[in-house]
Amino acid sequence: MSMTTQGGMRRAATLPRRGTAGRLAGQLGWFSLGLGLLEIVAARPLARQLGMHGREDLLRLQGLREVVMGVGILTARDRRPWIIGRVAGDAVDAALLAGHAPHARPGSLALAMASVAAVTVLDLICAESLRTEEGDYAARADAVRAYATRSAFPKGLEQSRGAARDFQVPRDFRIPDALRPWNAA
Amino acid sequence: MRALVWHGKEDIRCESVPDPRIEHPRDAIIKVTSCAICGSDLHLFDNMIPAMKRGDIMGHEAMGEVVEVGPEASGKLKVGDRVVVPFTITCGECWQCKRGNFSLCERTNRNGAMQEKVFGRVGAGLFGYTQLTGGYPGGQAEYLRVPCADETHIKVPSTLSDEQVLFLSDILPTGWQGAVQCDIQPEDTVCIWGAGPVGLMCVVSAVLLGAKQVICIDRVPERLAMAQANGAIPINFDTESVIQRIDELTDRKGPEKCIDAVGMEAHATATLDSIYDRVKQAMMLESDRAHVLREMVYVARPGGVLSVPGVYGGLVDKFPMGLVMNKGLTIRTGQTHVRRWTDDLLRRIEEGQLDPSFVITHKVPLEQGPAMYKTFRDKQDGCVKVVLKP
Ligand SMILES: NC(=O)c1ccc[n+]([C@@H]2O[C@H](COP(=O)([O-])OP(=O)(O)OC[C@H]3O[C@@H](n4cnc5c(N)ncnc54)[C@H](O)[C@@H]3O)[C@@H](O)[C@H]2O)c1
Ligand SMILES: [Zn+2]
Ligand SMILES: [Zn+2]
Repeated sequence: MSMTTQGGMRRAATLPRRGTAGRLAGQLGWFSLGLGLLEIVAARPLARQLGMHGREDLLRLQGLREVVMGVGILTARDRRPWIIGRVAGDAVDAALLAGHAPHARPGSLALAMASVAAVTVLDLICAESLRTEEGDYAARADAVRAYATRSAFPKGLEQSRGAARDFQVPRDFRIPDALRPWNAA
Repeated sequence: MRALVWHGKEDIRCESVPDPRIEHPRDAIIKVTSCAICGSDLHLFDNMIPAMKRGDIMGHEAMGEVVEVGPEASGKLKVGDRVVVPFTITCGECWQCKRGNFSLCERTNRNGAMQEKVFGRVGAGLFGYTQLTGGYPGGQAEYLRVPCADETHIKVPSTLSDEQVLFLSDILPTGWQGAVQCDIQPEDTVCIWGAGPVGLMCVVSAVLLGAKQVICIDRVPERLAMAQANGAIPINFDTESVIQRIDELTDRKGPEKCIDAVGMEAHATATLDSIYDRVKQAMMLESDRAHVLREMVYVARPGGVLSVPGVYGGLVDKFPMGLVMNKGLTIRTGQTHVRRWTDDLLRRIEEGQLDPSFVITHKVPLEQGPAMYKTFRDKQDGCVKVVLKP
């Protein structure tokens, strides 16, 4: 029992560098990087699919933007501003797609539009959750140390375990007998 | 007087508003000496619960000194009394109040007809908690009108500080009821989701009530540190698998008792189902994120109890009713019947059995309230519980 508690202590005290939103942000960062490189390298075939013939440079520029975003997200200490930047980028992408829609291949356009929509949703959720995750880690470490001694029990923890066993659980709060031996007195 | 006023999503302002007056013979007016921001207020701050009106005064955890008493309340209260105000307004006379179900009082919700349309039936009036629950101005203000004041108060002795008794208004009895709903047995493992102020009060209560093992799950390290300091085994869902750790700790049997002290705003990126819920919320296809409920149903020991003090506002999706049924689980929930527990809890505080003030991390003037909402929600600056001084 005290071993488990010790294990717990170690765990609570390790500050995760990234929480789940931070890790999602990382994945979005790699996604940006990959998409950006694709837009730069394969600008020509992509442009054909999306109705952007002759605007390959514009596509490459967007690719460059994605690469910058990706690197930013992956290297920043606070990822939130970069993810919010991605949301703005998503809007630009959607506008470009819509603007060239008349010349695009319908299947490719639909796929591209759906992808932009899906990734925008992920960006928004990620940015919202990052609010509570990307804090000041130094302050957090201080708090963990300081709070580790904050107790509700003036008489000490071990003294207090079961100290309120005198409390009579009211009848309407007693649970069904499923967890008691059925033939107990 | 000054008060914290709701203006919309993430928009709470400290403003001048008219002083409250006695409106009914059972009213009293309290000069607020301390009040607090609750996790439930965050649901309003995030605009997750409908029926807030621009101009509504926030706050349901308040205490202070009685400065005016209506004629019908004067038998039990007098000017100068020091009282904590329960967040549930109770008449003390109706069918529910007679049974101790104070948060279900059938008379104190003056907008009962409105709530009946939405909920089917009526529950008690609450301070500062939407038009649905009566639209009563809240206690994050210099003065508070307390309806049915002869019943809706807890007298506290001058030997105890504000900080020691303020939480009798809500989070302490809420954590206590969360644990009492589990009817804790000496061989029980009690697993608590959330190490916010309510989760921490659940930890303290489960320890006092003598659980064999108390586990607490969150992702905020400093909150987990507090849970651990008070006897819980912490699980950080950011860094470890909740299911696997619970299996290890319960010999693969699962906890007999589970408590949801998180509610409708479970961390949105924690798991795939939370992301799914967040997307559906954005499309207005559901109102609450039910990840914690699902996880409890899944890990609980068959025949076990799920206690849900965490607040839910409306509809949840993908709720595994088949598991609830086949595992024979019992679900107990509700707003807290504050007064039902407070005499006993006050005695325990007086006797030095517990001191709930340990959760307070920020004590600031009322004017700083609006900024503190954000600090508290975003868990910045090590914030766990904010007390405001009007
Ligand atoms: N029943 C009542 O009468 C009553 C009274 C007061 C508060 N409440 C409710 O209790 C809940 C908690 O209140 P609080 O003041 O502690 O709020 P809080 O927001 O400070 O605490 C919630 C905690 O849950 C954690 N959390 C989020 N997702 C989680 C997950 N998936 N697993 C485990 N933990 C997770 C958060 O990190 C946070 O620490 C709220 O829903 C509040 O409305 C109910
Ligand atoms: Zn509350
Ligand atoms: Zn009543």
